[in-house]
Amino acid sequence: MTPLLAPGAIDCDIHPAVPNLAALLPYMDQPWREQVVVRGIDDLATIAYPANSPLTCRADWRPADKSVPASSLAQVRRDALDPFGTSIAIANCLYGVQALFSEDMAAAYATAVNRWMAAEWLDKEPRLRASIIVAAQGPELAVDEIERWAHDKRFVQVLLLVSGATPLGKRALWPIYRAAEKYGLAIGIHAGSAYHNPPTSVGWPTYYTEDYVSQAQAFQSQLTSMICEGVFNKFPNLKVVLLESGFTWLPAHLWRLTKFWRGLRMEIPWVDRAPADIVRSNVRLSLQPVDGPPDRDSLLRIFDHMQSDELILFSTDYPHWQFDGTAAIPDGLPADLVRKMTHDNPRATYARLLETVA
Amino acid sequence: MNVQARQTPTTAAASKLAIADGDIHPTRKLASEFDPWLEKRWRDDIATFGTRQRQQWQNAPAYPKAQPNASRRDAYPPEGGRQGSSLPFMQQQHLDPNNVALGILNPLGTGQGLQNIDMSIALCHATNEWQQEYWTKPDRRLRASVVVPYEDPIASAKEIRRYADNADFVQVFMLSRTSEPMGSRKYWPIYEAAAEVGMPVGVHAFGYGGNPMTPGGYPSYYTEEMVGHSQAQQSGLASLVVEGVFARFPSLKMIMIEAGFAWAPSLTWRLDNAWRRLKQETPHLTRLPSEYIRDQVWWTTQPMEEPEPRAHLRDAINWIGWDRLIFATDYPHWDYDDPATSLPLKISEAERQAFFIGNARNVYRGV
Amino acid sequence: MSRHVVAAVGEIAPGDRKLVTVRGRPIAIFNLGGEYFGLLNRCPHQGGPMCEGKTTGLVQASEPGKYLYSKADEVIRCPWHNWEFDIRTGQSYCEPDRNSVRAYPVEVTAGAALVEGPYVAETISVNVAERYLVVDV
Repeated sequence: MTPLLAPGAIDCDIHPAVPNLAALLPYMDQPWREQVVVRGIDDLATIAYPANSPLTCRADWRPADKSVPASSLAQVRRDALDPFGTSIAIANCLYGVQALFSEDMAAAYATAVNRWMAAEWLDKEPRLRASIIVAAQGPELAVDEIERWAHDKRFVQVLLLVSGATPLGKRALWPIYRAAEKYGLAIGIHAGSAYHNPPTSVGWPTYYTEDYVSQAQAFQSQLTSMICEGVFNKFPNLKVVLLESGFTWLPAHLWRLTKFWRGLRMEIPWVDRAPADIVRSNVRLSLQPVDGPPDRDSLLRIFDHMQSDELILFSTDYPHWQFDGTAAIPDGLPADLVRKMTHDNPRATYARLLETVA
Repeated sequence: MNVQARQTPTTAAASKLAIADGDIHPTRKLASEFDPWLEKRWRDDIATFGTRQRQQWQNAPAYPKAQPNASRRDAYPPEGGRQGSSLPFMQQQHLDPNNVALGILNPLGTGQGLQNIDMSIALCHATNEWQQEYWTKPDRRLRASVVVPYEDPIASAKEIRRYADNADFVQVFMLSRTSEPMGSRKYWPIYEAAAEVGMPVGVHAFGYGGNPMTPGGYPSYYTEEMVGHSQAQQSGLASLVVEGVFARFPSLKMIMIEAGFAWAPSLTWRLDNAWRRLKQETPHLTRLPSEYIRDQVWWTTQPMEEPEPRAHLRDAINWIGWDRLIFATDYPHWDYDDPATSLPLKISEAERQAFFIGNARNVYRGV
Repeated sequence: MSRHVVAAVGEIAPGDRKLVTVRGRPIAIFNLGGEYFGLLNRCPHQGGPMCEGKTTGLVQASEPGKYLYSKADEVIRCPWHNWEFDIRTGQSYCEPDRNSVRAYPVEVTAGAALVEGPYVAETISVNVAERYLVVDV
């Protein structure tokens, strides 16, 4: 039995999509708009989600007219918001801005995506909130972009990809974290890569299946990086949300990280708490994909290993195919845990959800 | 320090359960120990240009270790030399007091993954002959690994077949940080040869394949590198499954060495879930990824995860299977797991027997 | 609890340590600039022999990248897994509430007083003119 969601669930990861590059042009500054046309630049569709891959869009969510899934408000209302009784959904637009090599071009695209998001989605659907898209390859420009939108409380988060040019804990990225903390924005880290490094630490795989599976290893590496570099010591109020990361890997990963921290603390002396404590205070993970075991009892053991019912935030990962029907919550989870995931934890994570949107 | 600081091993080994150790690191006292098996050309080139790896330093690991040679400070042999370079001291400090009945030698820092592949081939062969001469012949508890120059899989397969009938060699030895993911067809000749001679392929954490330690680039700290070996091992195992190595070589056994094991259940669940959606691209897989892993993969235990409460580790082992873990100490390295204290769980006699020796006897060739 | 004579003062140079066995317990006696401290020679983690560890200072940080160095040579690191303990207290620097190595107080006592007892001097012959290290076990 799929538990019925109490009304008002907060879906922390859905993916409204840019239908095509033309849709962004009105939101792009003139020099860039002209470049797109003159150079014949194509859509920034990265290989992270091949257009027709079954995982990229659930079959019953694919538009009959072959348009880009999740690219119209009508689709999103019908398939993502209404069926789950969602009160608020956070739109994380996956458009390959982060994969561009030119910092300026990437920043221009990021601005266009954010303007488009505000005008085409947030202005039209009060249940939607969004992440500010930034290009981490230019941290100063990313901060400019954060400041451009900070006044708009409908933006609740800054979105990064899990695999970029440098590990996410590196100090070069700290201006982004400083700005996010200052404005009460979470940092969302989503599956996906700029593909400026191989997608695994042992090189380029053959199959897409390996690329997708290896996202979990990328999250493990980047969580390690943020903890070891002291991001949470420097920015103690920062909330980081791992999106489409899976979460069943978390306990074992923290066991290992903690074991090495105990021996190597002198190398990273600012890490003055056990990594699991840092995760409990500063890091959250989205629900889908669950990547769970086949049986309910084992999944409950994983929640037990996490030693907290505050870490997981409800998500459907719409339109990615992670479950069928409306079974976004795995069977057999206790009702109070479900309530925390769908209601309490998102509110505790995203400070801006508690504020009135003008 | 001139005052006595070392405790004399006092435990009567015979009173302890005999154990297998799936990860012992012998090393040379003198670099010249390889010379009898190296042509002059290689002795000269090594002296002149060194053994260049796919990382920056001539004589050091990419990330400085936390203590010299990444080894226990109490493992320097009294007669001098590096930790792990003295068989008598290894016997006195480890093999005898811990009642090691079967010790698997996994030599590191020999010549795997070098930029110069011909040099790598020469050094790997020297390593294999050296293991037999210096270690397995004098101590019959020890067994050797066929160290292969895995970036040249044809040469590696030749090296494996060379030891096909040599009972001192019980596994094929690779490092996890390959230049391409382990399942890549480039490496298939290694797996084919290993399956043919009936040796499992042990994949030990470390090595330099030339790829950054994370898919987001090179991290800053040794801590991150150490933790990151588990991610490299996970990606390598995912590749072996998805690219069809287990499906193509159904008698092949693989052992994941020194990258922990508690990550395996989550990776396996994720593989199954992703494969159910994406299997169109991998028609060579006829079963769930978890089924290949369940039948063909083992793990050495060290460095064993240390959850609190420790009982959580039992869940992880239950999910993997008590028949799939091979106890290992990593002697003489610093993150050594002690046989007496590293598994503080209440376990049954059957579990203890499997974990500490039975599984090793089942997986290594002819032991 | 009884008092045991374990060494003559001067036997352990400043910065040095000596392994002794008292009532079956291996204890590492450290000389920190003329002050003496005893620690069980067994790391609470996996039992590594503390006496063979390296003494170092303590590195802390006020924030990432700002290193603070103190307690030069007053920290003993387990020779196996590098866990750090304060020689003066046995307390761990990782999760101090959770981990510590058993500490034994060491006292410097005149030989004349020792002769009067009640002290146990199993392996040390006591000379009234000298001073000795005494451990409570």
